[in-house]
Formats: sequence, C-alpha cells, structure tokens
Amino acid sequence: MIQSYKLRRTVANILIYAILIVMCLIWISPFVYLVLHSLRADGGNVTYNHLIPREYTLDNYIALFNVKGAASINFPRWFLNTLGVAACSCVISTISQLAVAYTLSRLRFGARKKLMNVGMILGMFPGFMTMIAMYYLLDAMHLTRTLIALVICYSCGAGLGFQISKGFFDTIPRALDEAATIDGANKNQIFWKIILPMSKPIVVYTVLTTFIGPWCDFILAKIIMGDVRDNYTVAIGLQIMTTPEFMQGYFKQFLAGSVCVAVPITILFLRMQKFYVEGVTAGGVKG
Amino acid sequence: MTYVEYKQLTPFQKFAYNFKKFFTNIPSAFGRFFSACGRGIVKFFTGIGKGFANYGSTFVKGDWATKLSYLIFGVGDIHKGKTYKGILFFLTEVLYFCYMIFFGWHWFKDFFTLGTRETYTVYDDMGFPSQVPGDNSMLILLYSTLTLVITAIVFVIYIQNIKDAYRHQVMRANGEKPTTLKEDALEFLDGKYHITLLSFPVLMISVFNILPLIFMILIAFTNYSKQHYVLFDWVGLQNFGDLFDVINNSKKATTFIGVAGWTLIWAVVATFSNYILGMIVALMINKKGIKLKSLWRTLFVITIAVPQFVSLLLMNQMLQENGAVNILLSYFNGGVNPGIRFLGDDVWVARITVMIVNCWVGIPYTILSMSGILMNIPEDLYESARIDGASPVKTFTAITLPYMIFVTTPQLITQFVGNINNFNVIFLLSGGGPTTKEYFGAGKTDILVTWLYNLSMGNEQDYGLASAIGILVFIICATLSLIVYNNSKSMKDEEAFS
Repeated sequence: MIQSYKLRRTVANILIYAILIVMCLIWISPFVYLVLHSLRADGGNVTYNHLIPREYTLDNYIALFNVKGAASINFPRWFLNTLGVAACSCVISTISQLAVAYTLSRLRFGARKKLMNVGMILGMFPGFMTMIAMYYLLDAMHLTRTLIALVICYSCGAGLGFQISKGFFDTIPRALDEAATIDGANKNQIFWKIILPMSKPIVVYTVLTTFIGPWCDFILAKIIMGDVRDNYTVAIGLQIMTTPEFMQGYFKQFLAGSVCVAVPITILFLRMQKFYVEGVTAGGVKG
Repeated sequence: MTYVEYKQLTPFQKFAYNFKKFFTNIPSAFGRFFSACGRGIVKFFTGIGKGFANYGSTFVKGDWATKLSYLIFGVGDIHKGKTYKGILFFLTEVLYFCYMIFFGWHWFKDFFTLGTRETYTVYDDMGFPSQVPGDNSMLILLYSTLTLVITAIVFVIYIQNIKDAYRHQVMRANGEKPTTLKEDALEFLDGKYHITLLSFPVLMISVFNILPLIFMILIAFTNYSKQHYVLFDWVGLQNFGDLFDVINNSKKATTFIGVAGWTLIWAVVATFSNYILGMIVALMINKKGIKLKSLWRTLFVITIAVPQFVSLLLMNQMLQENGAVNILLSYFNGGVNPGIRFLGDDVWVARITVMIVNCWVGIPYTILSMSGILMNIPEDLYESARIDGASPVKTFTAITLPYMIFVTTPQLITQFVGNINNFNVIFLLSGGGPTTKEYFGAGKTDILVTWLYNLSMGNEQDYGLASAIGILVFIICATLSLIVYNNSKSMKDEEAFS
C-alpha cells in the first residue's frame, strides 16, 4: 500500500517535471531564437529556412554600433538618447512618487482620502485618451520633437503610481515617528533621517521601475518625435526596423538591437523580482 | 447567522459560508455603490450651500479691511500686520488679471462658439496673395481649458484670502499677534509638511494629466475630426449617439457593436485562460516534492522581464508566412513549409492566435502572484481534511480551488479591467488586422482602446468619437473597480469578525 502510494507520487512528479520542462521550452524558446539569430552569419536577412543558424558571427552587433555619417539607422545615438531620458525621468519620477507615497501613508491631513480617490479615478482613464491633448500642450510650449518633452511625459504621471511604495511605508511602525517627535525632530527630519534610510528596498524598486519605463514605451515617444530620427529612443528605432521599408536590410540588426536592450533590462528586472512579488501579492490579498 | 452560531462552524463550513456570502453580496454591492454615488452628490451640493452661507456671514461680520478683501486680495492680511502673505495674495490677483487681459480672455471669449472665422486669402495692391488667419478651434478649446483651470485655482486662493483675513481679524480681537515669515517657513517643514511634499507632484499632475483630461472630455462633445480639422463646433451628445445608433445601421454603430463585442470576448477569454492555466502551473511548481522551485519561477519571469515591445515584435515576425513557427511546422510536414498566415485575412485564425500569444504573455504574471497566495493557505484546513480521509483530488477541489478563487476574485476583476485596456498585445501583434470595409477605422481584432488609438492617430481621424470611446471605457472600468473596492472592504470586515 505504502509502496504503491510512493510509486504514484513518483510518477506524478515525473509527469509534472515533464510538463514543466516542455512549458519552459515554449516560454524560453523565442528568446533563444532571438539570441541565436542575432548572431547568425549566413542566409538572407529575413528569409532563412532553418530554426538554428549554421554559421555564427558578431557582425550584426558591430554593424549596429558602427554608424558612418548621417545614416537613417543610428542605434548608438538612440541608445544614448534613451539613457539620458531614462536617467532624468528616473530622478524626477522617483522624487515625486516617493513624496506622494510618503505623504499619503504617514502624514495626516484633511484632504488625504479625497486625494487618494482622485488619484484612483485618474488612473482609470485609458492613457491614450490624453495623447492628443498632451501633444498640443507640448507643442504650445514649443517642446515637441525634443527629448525634454519625453522626460516630461514619462515623469509627469509618476505621482499617481504611489500604491506599492505606500504599502511599504504603511508597514513601518508609527511608534518610530512618535519617538522622534518626542525627541524634538520635525516631520522633515523624520522623513530624511529616519524613514528614508529604512526604506532602501522601496527606493531601489522605484528607481528601477522608473528607469525601465522609457526603454519600453514607443507609442507616446513616436507621436512626440514624429520623423526627427536623431531624437528617437531605442524602442521607436527598433520598431521602425521591422517596418517593410527597413526590414529587408536590417532584420538581423533588429534582433541584435533587441538583445542589447532586453539583456540589461532583464537583469535589472530579475534583481527587483522579490519586491515585485511582495507588491503583487499584497495588492491581491487586500484587493 | 449570529456570532455564536458562526463560531461553532467547522473551518469548512466557515469557509463555505464566507464564500457564499461573497457572491450573494455582489448585487447589494451594486446597490451600495449607487447609493454611495447619490450620497456623494448630495454631500457635494450641501457643501456648496454651506460655502455660500459662510461667504455671506463672513462679509457681514468682517471689518472694513476684511470686506475690502472681497474685492482686493490680501488687504485684510496687510492691515492686520501679516504683510508678506497679503502681498502674495495681492500679486496673485494682479497676475491673474494680467493673464486674463493679455491672454486668457482673448481665447475664452470664443469658448461657446469655438471660433467662427475661416482662414481666407486676400490680394494686396500688387496682386500678391496673403493669408488672413481665422480661428483655430483646437487652440481656443485648449487655452480656454487652461483659463478655466487657472480660474479655478485663483478662486480657491480667493476663498483662502477671505478666510485668512477673517481669521486674522478674530486673532486681533483676541489680542494675538500674527505669525512671522520665519515661523511660517518652519511650519512648512513640520505641521504643513504635506503641502511641501505634494506641491511638485500635484503641479505636474494637474498640468500634464488633469488639464489634458479635461480637454479631451470636452472634445467628446465636439465634432473635431479630419473633416473639421481647423474649425469645429459643439455637437452635444452626438458622438455618443453615433456609437449607439443601431436602428439606422450606421457604420460607426456597427463598428462599436462589433469592437465592443470582441473586446468583451477578448477580456473574458484572456482573463480566464491566463487565470486557470497560470494557476495550474503555479500549483505544479509549488507542489511538495518538486525541486528547483525558484529556477522554474525565474524561467517564466523572464517573459515579464523582457520589454513587451521586443517580445511581441519578435512574435509578430515569428508568426509570418516564412517565420519560425511555420519553419518548425515544416519539420513535421515532410520539409514543406505549410505557410499558414496566422495573422492574415482569416478573422478567427488571427483572433485565436492573438489569444494564444496573450497566454504566453500573461501566464507568468499569474504564476508570480499565485505562488505567494498558495503559500498562505492555512495548514489546518488541509490537516482536518486529511483526518477526515479526503483524497488529494477532493482536497484540491474542496479547499485549494475555492480558497484561491475567494482570495483572488478582486485580482481577477483587476485583470479583467487590465485586459480591456490591453493595448500592447493587439497593437504590436496584429495591429488590429485583418482590415475590413464594414468597420470605421478599425480591424477585426481591434479592441476599444486600439480603436481609440486608430481614431486619434490612424487614417480615419475622429477625435470626438475617440474621446467618447475613452469616456465609455472609463465608465466600464471605474464601475467594475469601485464594486471590487466596496466588496473587498466588506470582506475585510467579515474577516475581522471571524
């Protein structure tokens, strides 16, 4: 009896392992394909009749970063653009997001509940609705087709994404604040000297999420940039590489460029996965 | 059921009771939601009434300086010795009037007509043509919105100015002195610290989120479109009427019904397929005796980590006629490429492909959140089941499954809302195609938000209609979210009493 139970369990486990391995293959294979074909040497740019390349080379990467003169595909420049935009918007977004989260979590004032409700309602409008208005507003400020416009776009709404960091601040015991107040600290000192040093994980999390944002968006960026190719970000750049105009000449470079963007972001994301799990489950339980 | 009766139940029965109660509560949650809306509206208007009453009574009770503050900002404050604040109030008024005279009124005076003069060409004495610019409705509406927002802010400052003047009058009557600039500055680091912290984010959000939003909501009531690009007019509820005009079988209504129907199918299928499949995988990973749990999880999480535009553009390429999927299939087809056009002209092939790829995108998210919840199921539930001799299958259907559904229902609805707004998958994968002549600016796999995008940026530009769709999507999402919000609050109370 015991043996048959053990046997059944072993069979079940082997079955589960098999299913998991097959599923992981399905989930991972597109990325393996991406990496392998970005290193492919033989065959045409788009058409290739084998799943696994026969010859390998680094030429696609070299061609991607080695731009001569005024080329229409200027990946290094786009990369630097994105880096700059991401760094600036990361600083602004982190400051405003943490400020809002801290205020709503630990300071008590009359309009607190109302502000939280307004924030929730604003978040429910589809983001694309305001695109046109945003464009004309930036146009009125003579900012369209500049990188400053992108920084503004990516950091303006940061204050609305306060939920996860607010959840974190909520967990810090209030007794700390009270003790500090008794010792004569004002709220400014409590924020900078007590709460912020304790909140390193959430600061890191906020910095990473806000840094990653500009690398992934291309819809807003494309509307703002129009056809000024010099100010594109990598996301728009990679997207136009897959349009029929460029596809024949640049498909392998598109794959190489995708790898260049995806690898650093994946590493950053895996580092902050722990916070992400906590955030998601906390939201799930509380609703 | 009384508290004592509830306490006597076994964990099973308690659970079944809570479970049933959650679902029987949903209709009353609807009721509560609408009554809360009603109460909110009533409260709003009584608030306004009270504001007016205060406004009048302060005027009667105020001295000459306070009364003058009703016309000139800050007089009361300056008179009571709070000079710097009074000057700030006064400057606000001066700046506001400068703004209105030199800029705001010029645009706002046309707000109700949205401009009437068309651009026309005149010829000067030499016969050279020159353009006389007419009105631009879009700019009129944009700057009018700006003027409205600024006026609202100045109105709030105006009320503050009156309140402050009266407060200082009362303080002087009691023999108190107004606080100095230095004391006030320190107060902004302590008692009013929330104002210091919130001022910058709120400024950004008002200018770049709320202002465009008001503008777009107003656009929904105009006929701003490709045909009326420079001059457009208020048309009231025409855009909403067009969407629901089923009787005349108009093209817009046909599109709306078709796209909304597909959005609904899409959201339901995408939510439940991700939920169920993701739960199964999460259960497999978290089963006792399965090793390398974190490795499996990480492998799935990589799909989340890679930017969606990369993975979806790649998927799009792989699903083409000569793409990787067809090459893979050719190995099973005797080396002949079957050339299936996954995202081609066949509507249902494209729709099913999109749904399957969405599973590939979405399941890892479910795995992530489910793993956390699975570890939180109370162990005593399983123990009592084991003592009662329940089989593993029975344990799963009677404990694990109901528990998961119970805990994750709010999340399920959040995901449903997320799928209604799931722009990336549709846009990057199928681009809304296959295109069709029956629809107005939409393809057969377009959902409401991608249709909205097409109407703003695509060939058939109709901004008014796009905004109307945006408002409808908002209403759907907001109603669903608020019901969840109300329900989960009542759920928390429930747990407090167990």
